[in-house]
Amino acid sequence: MTEQTLSLPPAAVGRTARPRRNAWRAMSWAVFGMGILYFALPLIGMIEFSLRKRRGTYSLDAYTSVLTDPQFQATFAYSVVMSLITIVLGLALVLPTALWVRIRLPRLRPVIEFITLLPLVVPVIVIAFGYLRMFNTSSFLPMTGTVTGTNVLLAFGYATLALPYMYRAIDNGLRTLDVQTLTEAAQILGAGWFTIIFRVMLPNVFTALLSGAFLTFSIVLGEYVFAALLDRPAFGPYMIWTGGNKAYEPAALAVIAFAITWGCMGLIQLAGRLFPHTRAKR
Amino acid sequence: MATARGAYIARTAANWAGVIPFLAFTLIFLLLPTVNIVFGAFRGPDGGFTLDTLAKLFEPRLADSFWLSIRVSLFSAALGAGIGFLVAAAVIHGGLPAWVRAPMVTFSGVAANFAGVPLAFAFIATLGRLGLVTIILKDWFGINIYTMGFNLISFWGLVFVYLYFQMSLMILIISPALEGLKREWREAAESLGASGLQYWRMVALPVLMPSLLGTFALLFANSFGAIATAQALTGSSQSLITVQLFAQIRGDVLQDPNLGYAIAFGMIVITAIANSIYIVLRTRAETWQK
Repeated sequence: MTEQTLSLPPAAVGRTARPRRNAWRAMSWAVFGMGILYFALPLIGMIEFSLRKRRGTYSLDAYTSVLTDPQFQATFAYSVVMSLITIVLGLALVLPTALWVRIRLPRLRPVIEFITLLPLVVPVIVIAFGYLRMFNTSSFLPMTGTVTGTNVLLAFGYATLALPYMYRAIDNGLRTLDVQTLTEAAQILGAGWFTIIFRVMLPNVFTALLSGAFLTFSIVLGEYVFAALLDRPAFGPYMIWTGGNKAYEPAALAVIAFAITWGCMGLIQLAGRLFPHTRAKR
Repeated sequence: MATARGAYIARTAANWAGVIPFLAFTLIFLLLPTVNIVFGAFRGPDGGFTLDTLAKLFEPRLADSFWLSIRVSLFSAALGAGIGFLVAAAVIHGGLPAWVRAPMVTFSGVAANFAGVPLAFAFIATLGRLGLVTIILKDWFGINIYTMGFNLISFWGLVFVYLYFQMSLMILIISPALEGLKREWREAAESLGASGLQYWRMVALPVLMPSLLGTFALLFANSFGAIATAQALTGSSQSLITVQLFAQIRGDVLQDPNLGYAIAFGMIVITAIANSIYIVLRTRAETWQK
């Protein structure tokens, strides 16, 4: 009798705890399943839709139509070139500054960090609006007066948009290094700043640079507001135009855009895996 | 003495020289354009100081647009944060196999960046009048969602589409915080007799609360500034404040150039509040992650 009462509690616990744990797990699977459904259906939907152009059968006609459209080729090429220019510009702006601040002006780091976060605080459309008012033909710096000037302004705008992502990627990379010691060691060996940046730091933060670069690429490629307001023939405005004028081509464009985003994110992961030695174990 | 001070000044100057390109660039291409807009909001057509332009923000047409943007952002941020949290919690603490986590986070990274025009196209192809799901429901189950009152080009349609990047951003940000919940806390709670629900309500959620609220503020700002998705999805039928400002910049539709400044200023104020909340709460949240 005593033995029975003693052995009862654990058995009771076991009896109620297991079904409850199973219920938790079932609920988790249900939530996860709903999540997958929500995220997968639009992707399946856009792929299916993009194949429907030819009546009654699935075909790649929408893709052929998009890829052979001279407008597509021109705007896509324009945006790719813009992305590359933005990446170079952003790197040139952020890498030396981030390094310099770590080595010579640590006090200024919060200020720089704050500035790089501003493009997230001020909506893109407001920045673009500011550009139109500040750099118009009657201003002190009439950049929107010429095509080249507007292109340069767009690149500068994109570099501004990319600041938060670029800075955080590079700063994360530098965080894992002992920048001070590396710089001093290089200086003792007679290296100048050029050598320090390009032969000491760059290889060490290569992975971080790549992830900043790919993220920038995927953001700039489909950007709409800046390009539309500065009236440049970029990929984003082209997509909006297609959406209003074609039926199946927009879905094909969405598939292409998704593939590019996925590719960029995949390359970031791949870069992290290919150059794991750049991550210091500390 | 004089040479020592001279050397000090020279060194300080040399120190600052390294950040001048960055400061100059951000001054000209980020700070000044923004400040320019802010000043413009306080200026009348004659160039003098006035609060009249800002007062016009409270006229129905603009106030409605602001209110619409705020509601879309609130709902999409709240639902995105809530559901995103549930999904992340289910995957990380719900007894699902561990290999699910890494793909989920990677996919969230992609989905969070899959915004703008293509996202709108994807949803039109799925839930539009000729979309895959719409047709399947109609042909296979006899359910016509459009006669039932569903419309993708509506307030809730917009919120539903925004959830795509809102939820994934939430999953992306909250996963590290969820993984930071220490096993010991759960074990301690269980050994004191707490049920799973009690553990979540009294231990895990209070610890996560700053991250949750902070991310909510971030999501709010994220959708408040968005425009391309709405533009591609609804044209200008849902007049979000961003859509209004866009039209104003392009064609001066409000017949008052200074009103554009005022709208932009109002947007800055709202996103600045949301982002300040995010930054403050994020620093709070980090105290538990050490």
